[in-house]
Amino acid sequence: MADVLIQSVTKRYGTVEVVPSLNLEIPEGSFTVLVGPSGCGKSTLLRMIAGLETVSDGKIFIGGTDITHTAPSQRGVAMVFQSYALYPHMSVAENIGFGLRLAGMGKSEMEGRVREAADILQLGPLLDRKPKQLSGGQRQRVAIGRAIVRKPKVFLFDEPLSNLDAALRAQMRVELSELHERLGSTMVYVTHDQVEAMTMADQIVVLNKGHIEQVGAPMHLYNAPATPFVAGFIGSPKMNFLQGPKPWASAPQGALIGIRPEHITLSQTGGQWPATVRHVEHLGGETLVHLDSECVGSLTVKVTGDLSAQAGTTLHASPRPEMLHVFTDGQRVSA
Amino acid sequence: MIRIFPRGTLMPFLFACTVALGVLLPLMMMVTISLNPDEQDILVSMGSLKSFIPETVSFQNYIDVWTDPARPFFRYMMNTAIVTVATLLISITINSMAAFVVAQGSLPGNKMVLLFVVATIAVPAESLVLPQLILAGKLGLVDTYVVQILPGIANALSIFLFFQFFSRIPKDLFEAAELDGFSFFQKYRHIALPLSKPVISAVAILQFLEMWNAYLWPVMVTRGPEVRPLTVAMGAFFGTNQRIPWGDVMAFAVSMAVPVILFFLLMQRQFIASVMSSGVKG
Repeated sequence: MADVLIQSVTKRYGTVEVVPSLNLEIPEGSFTVLVGPSGCGKSTLLRMIAGLETVSDGKIFIGGTDITHTAPSQRGVAMVFQSYALYPHMSVAENIGFGLRLAGMGKSEMEGRVREAADILQLGPLLDRKPKQLSGGQRQRVAIGRAIVRKPKVFLFDEPLSNLDAALRAQMRVELSELHERLGSTMVYVTHDQVEAMTMADQIVVLNKGHIEQVGAPMHLYNAPATPFVAGFIGSPKMNFLQGPKPWASAPQGALIGIRPEHITLSQTGGQWPATVRHVEHLGGETLVHLDSECVGSLTVKVTGDLSAQAGTTLHASPRPEMLHVFTDGQRVSA
Repeated sequence: MIRIFPRGTLMPFLFACTVALGVLLPLMMMVTISLNPDEQDILVSMGSLKSFIPETVSFQNYIDVWTDPARPFFRYMMNTAIVTVATLLISITINSMAAFVVAQGSLPGNKMVLLFVVATIAVPAESLVLPQLILAGKLGLVDTYVVQILPGIANALSIFLFFQFFSRIPKDLFEAAELDGFSFFQKYRHIALPLSKPVISAVAILQFLEMWNAYLWPVMVTRGPEVRPLTVAMGAFFGTNQRIPWGDVMAFAVSMAVPVILFFLLMQRQFIASVMSSGVKG
């Protein structure tokens, strides 16, 4: 277990700078999620921590040791890949233990570690199988097992759940969180899925075009997004940004005002913004209503329970004023 | 009405049958003549349908060929086997290593090296034999196994096939190995090589055929039966002014072809998988 310190790290491919000077502290034992859209540099940053990409400028420290130019296997990190990256010709047990064998570990100690990892991940009955005989979830567990046996200081996950179906993804999210609680290790997790970020992280790092937009606890980012980008990225469905010359009277001139779908109420009789229902999505426990308002443009409203509104009908939307997010010059000013 | 041939398949079927006959007829003729002990009958019927139906069937030609002290068949076969197997083992090891360096290594200009290697496929082997012969003479290697093995080791086609295969192995696999502490050689030995069974089979079959049937180079560098291969020994049937013993020649040819057919049957599943995958996967 160790902290990770990223100091003025830059990554350039030729003349193209994909990660401009970036500073970040990942606390010891934390579950830090790097989240952002495709191409924002999150995987590049993770691969620089792993040593799979060179660092153009700056330094990376793990547990206080400068590992910027250390070989990947000597950094004390283990990585779980999106594609699992299991050795197809080896059994599950060999996949998990082969790195230890190469490191010269004795057979009995190696088998002990493999058994321990298999117990944690419930892989015991599968140890003799080849990767092609496993389901996606089982393969992902083997990949995690391969990371666990090395007892790394830092676990790195590169979109490990992207290849799984929705149900399995939800299950693996819980399993990974439980694994983190059990091992107490520092984990750095890359995803483009804000639901994964919100449900698993103690600390979320939102990246955009190589820059860090905001770092903080999930609920902090949800309640007090520092920039419109974070406000739009964190939360599902996305935050509504009000259109029009002055959509909220008390807001400063030229301010961008956001309100989350769950912070708007709908009424048939009266309210702040009359709006026409465009489409209704019934999700069971809640309903998403998409509306068009002449006052503030298009809105998405999340309503608890069922709402039997027809497309074309007029409803009145009213925001909770204390939940408005106001941004000027790309920065949050109040809520 | 039930169609035996679905629409549009009759002509391709007939074409395939014609091609198959073109390949099979000489082979059948070789076998039937080898089983005919009557040299006079062979000469009379050669070129006609009658040559496919010998009047008497016997293995006498085979016994003659295998036991002729002037032409020690099994010695020649052992020589051929030694040269072929040694070339295959060394060649597959060295060519796969070369291809791995080009495919997964980070040496500057390695793709240029590959281009150069592939370009050598266009150079006819015959144009190289004279300088090679002079070199072999200077090194004192003439009439040895080594001189027959050396030129077959570096094989551009084999390097190219290995390169294509190694380039398609997902990068993640090697990166995971790097994190596991594999050295570059260990990545080759423990990941790339075990995965390349289909391409090893393809390369082995192609090079086995090339080495087993090699004639020009062995005839130039071998002098006596100690190291002479089967092909050169068979050629000796035609080098005298005496009447050609066709029964013996065909029995010799069949005996020589059997190991090739067995080797192909042994490797064919992997070979076909390799050929199929090179066509299907991008």
